[in-house]
Amino acid sequence: MAKILSFTPDDSVHAFLTTIPEVTYGEGPLSGVTVAVKDNISTKGIETTCASKILKGYIPPYDAHVVALLKDAGAAIVGKTNMDEFGMGTTTENSAFGPTLNPLDKNRVPGGSSGGSAAAVASGLCDVAIGSDTGGSIRCPAAFCGIVGLKPTYGRVSRYGLIAYANSLEQIGPMARDVKTLSRLYSVIAGHDPRDATTVNKPYSHEPSANIEGLKIGIVEEFFGEGVNPRVAEVVKEALATLESLGAVVKSYTMPSMKYALSAYYVTCTSEASSNLARFDGVRYGPGLDSAKSWHDAYSEQRKEGFGKEVRRRIILGTFSLAAGYYGRYYQKAQTARQMVRDDFERIFRDVDVIAGPTMPDIAFRLGEKSDPLQMYLADILTVPANLAGVPAISVPCGKIDSMPVGLQIIGKYFDDEKIIDTAFAFEQEGV
Amino acid sequence: MEDRETIIGLEIHCQLNTKSKMFCGCSTDFRDNEPNTHTCPVCLGLPGSMPMVNKRAIEFALKVGKALNCTIREESEFSRKNYFYPDLNKAYQITQYDKPLAEWGKLLIDGDNGEKEVKITRIHLEEDPGRSVHMGTTDRGKYTLVDYNRAGIPLIEIVTEPDLRSPKEARKFLNKLRATLEYLNVFDSEKEGSLRVDANISIKGSERVEVKNISSYKGVEKALTFEVTRQRNLLRRGQPIARETRHFVETRGITTSSRSKEEENDYRYFPEPDLLPLRVSSWVESIELPELPDARRERFIRQYGVSAEHAKTLTGGLKLAEFYESVAPADPALAATWTADYLLGELNYRDFTIDAMPEDLFRELIKLIKSNAITDKSAVEILRIILDEVKEGKGPEHPQAIVDRLGLAKSSEDLVMKMVEEVVAEQPAAVADYYAGKMQALNFLVGQVMKKCRGRADPGHLNTLLKELLDKKV
Amino acid sequence: MVTAEDVRKVAKLADVGIDDSEIAEFTRQCSGVLEYFEILDTLDQNQQLYRERYNILREDEVTPSLSQEESLQNAGQTEKGFFKAPRVM
Ligand SMILES: [Zn+2]
Repeated sequence: MAKILSFTPDDSVHAFLTTIPEVTYGEGPLSGVTVAVKDNISTKGIETTCASKILKGYIPPYDAHVVALLKDAGAAIVGKTNMDEFGMGTTTENSAFGPTLNPLDKNRVPGGSSGGSAAAVASGLCDVAIGSDTGGSIRCPAAFCGIVGLKPTYGRVSRYGLIAYANSLEQIGPMARDVKTLSRLYSVIAGHDPRDATTVNKPYSHEPSANIEGLKIGIVEEFFGEGVNPRVAEVVKEALATLESLGAVVKSYTMPSMKYALSAYYVTCTSEASSNLARFDGVRYGPGLDSAKSWHDAYSEQRKEGFGKEVRRRIILGTFSLAAGYYGRYYQKAQTARQMVRDDFERIFRDVDVIAGPTMPDIAFRLGEKSDPLQMYLADILTVPANLAGVPAISVPCGKIDSMPVGLQIIGKYFDDEKIIDTAFAFEQEGV
Repeated sequence: MEDRETIIGLEIHCQLNTKSKMFCGCSTDFRDNEPNTHTCPVCLGLPGSMPMVNKRAIEFALKVGKALNCTIREESEFSRKNYFYPDLNKAYQITQYDKPLAEWGKLLIDGDNGEKEVKITRIHLEEDPGRSVHMGTTDRGKYTLVDYNRAGIPLIEIVTEPDLRSPKEARKFLNKLRATLEYLNVFDSEKEGSLRVDANISIKGSERVEVKNISSYKGVEKALTFEVTRQRNLLRRGQPIARETRHFVETRGITTSSRSKEEENDYRYFPEPDLLPLRVSSWVESIELPELPDARRERFIRQYGVSAEHAKTLTGGLKLAEFYESVAPADPALAATWTADYLLGELNYRDFTIDAMPEDLFRELIKLIKSNAITDKSAVEILRIILDEVKEGKGPEHPQAIVDRLGLAKSSEDLVMKMVEEVVAEQPAAVADYYAGKMQALNFLVGQVMKKCRGRADPGHLNTLLKELLDKKV
Repeated sequence: MVTAEDVRKVAKLADVGIDDSEIAEFTRQCSGVLEYFEILDTLDQNQQLYRERYNILREDEVTPSLSQEESLQNAGQTEKGFFKAPRVM
């Protein structure tokens, strides 16, 4: 029996790009739970723009796999959330339709790129949200907005219908105000999809447990090093002490590959993006091309008009990385570095169950605070390693600085998402 | 200059006849359908869609790899080839780059100087782009219409070493390759555009030219012959040959320069992140190859006692070989001659394939020839009538019906004897010449009888009859 | 590091369209980032990313396609069931 719910939020933070005034939903484990979906995830019959002018008006003729799963579970999909254009950003300021504001301080950014999803959940406009995380895009806004966000193990959630930014790095994941709710949402979206060759058959049906007696936690020194606000480091260290008080054992490690991680990440994601975003040519979708012009002129113009500056910058950087004469220096070496990051994780995970540290080097930036691209990229340094390796990582609120939240990041072994969820749950139960 | 060698290497694209496309479940049976009706999010390149590899396409490519004696790579993978064109649905083509499925093969052909081994560099899998139709006449009024029904059809690209030495040899290679692919049942040669060829051609010591867009294998010899002549003429005049890409204009039988090599795209290949590697080298052992053209040729010689030349011709295509085997039982030798020497010529003349000739009618015709009921001349006439009727879309007549309708049955012995006697009576001068020992006179008399019966008698037989009659009179 | 000419060339290869007024800014920013990436070139081995899963394939089965109307629904311009694009010649 289909039920109807009306959704007319007072969206003062500009979390949504599209809202559904009358939502129909059915029976199931998420019956009536209001879910916001990031606007880079295809929704049949509902405009899906990736916060880009180039996709304005695009109505997918199909549902992303996760959207179909949510509907089957009875969830009420209430709208599509704002984001950095195509996921390219750490603040949601790079939306073609204007930034989302942080619900805790409207002069600050909500983080990105899933800033709309995080702000919608944090401000209580909906129960839960779906985001995507290419280099921290779920964990960063979760940390900045004071909610919980999970980047699942690569391959645990289908990407079919997620408009690709960097295929080899990104995962769709759940965002919620508490770990238990996040876990419920995750159990609906995880699992194998025959249309996504990179998914594995590892469904999730875990009930979070707060018992972490004997849990071995690794601390990576580089996660507390240069560029990390000492006050953030301090809050996170206190959180680690809390985990120790719950019976966990903490041990320190170094991760030499961290030196290369950010470069490896940006070379890989911009390379893949330069190829992924080439299809927006205005022929099959998007604003029509001027057919009085020749193909290449019309195509260049379309992309110049349709993409924001950061998107074009990343396309150019990615094209550099793949071009003849640069490929060996950039793309190929990035893969080497990526393997080194994996090897480092593997080595540490032979000893410990999880790795913990700060999610972000700082608290939410003020709007417009970071204008230099490289300075902005540096903010991703702590979140990208999990994407490079494909391991799961969660951000859970662990304290505040100047009344802005700080996120504790817990990274797990491949397909051991359950363990980081338990760790986050144990910490959350202890209260902050 | 003239004796400098011609060096040719080929790249052949062949559409595999799987049921569904390379990376999605859309049907490959799109010809004669409305544009953009065999399309889905994947083959339209809609945002968010993902490719999934068709297992049968891999199996077909492996079959070809095995038949061409290739080594199958332990691990192969798909890469993206990035370039922008309206009919390229994702603005990249999923293909194989530095890790192709199969490498280092060979194919034996009947070369210019006897049997020859042509080395195969590699065989890789990829997807076909969509189809562009160029519209409009005035410069500014021109535009392109795009149909993605073809987008995502599985292709194999077979690349040869530059081992071919003449356009004719290139044609022979292609004929052999095409037959092999047909025998493997991985490809349908009759579908338009199912086999497309690019050729690299140079005169030894000069720059290499790539000729693209040879959409029919028949066009290959034409395109290459034009190109060899063009390049040799340039050299003769002391002009350099530019390293460039040229397009074959089939209707005019010429090649024209497109953009030169240095302007060509940098394709920025990198591994396709949405697909995982293939490790299928061990599958090859379990692949059973069917009888291939060379084996069938040997069997035809052994089993039907046909000549080596006929055996080669008759095994040159799968359907032709099957046709022959179905008509052979009546009389293998006669069936071979009539198929290879007469039927094929008549088919080629009409641009027909072997499918045009109904097997049962041809079998009936062979029986009529064998029973001496008709002359060879009449048999050819019947063949033409049947094929013309097919061409007009009529149901073709049975050979016996044609014989009856046109009175093509060999004249009866009595009638023939009567005519022989008449001619002997009517031509005293020739008869006298015969008796004088002039043997041409006999030929003249045979001719006269043939004229009387409008060719419906066997000249050899008439010869005997005339001789008997004249010798008796002495 | 990279020159304005390099950026112009790559922008052309990428077909993103770039104004003369933007060249200086893009050159400065790309230079900064590419310089940062240079650390990768201090690595000497070219290790391939190891992928443990392989042979993920689907059976050769036909599944329903979209209708022509659905296929064309998002197109800017169409004609007789085709997508319409600018001239390529
Ligand atoms: Zn399709």
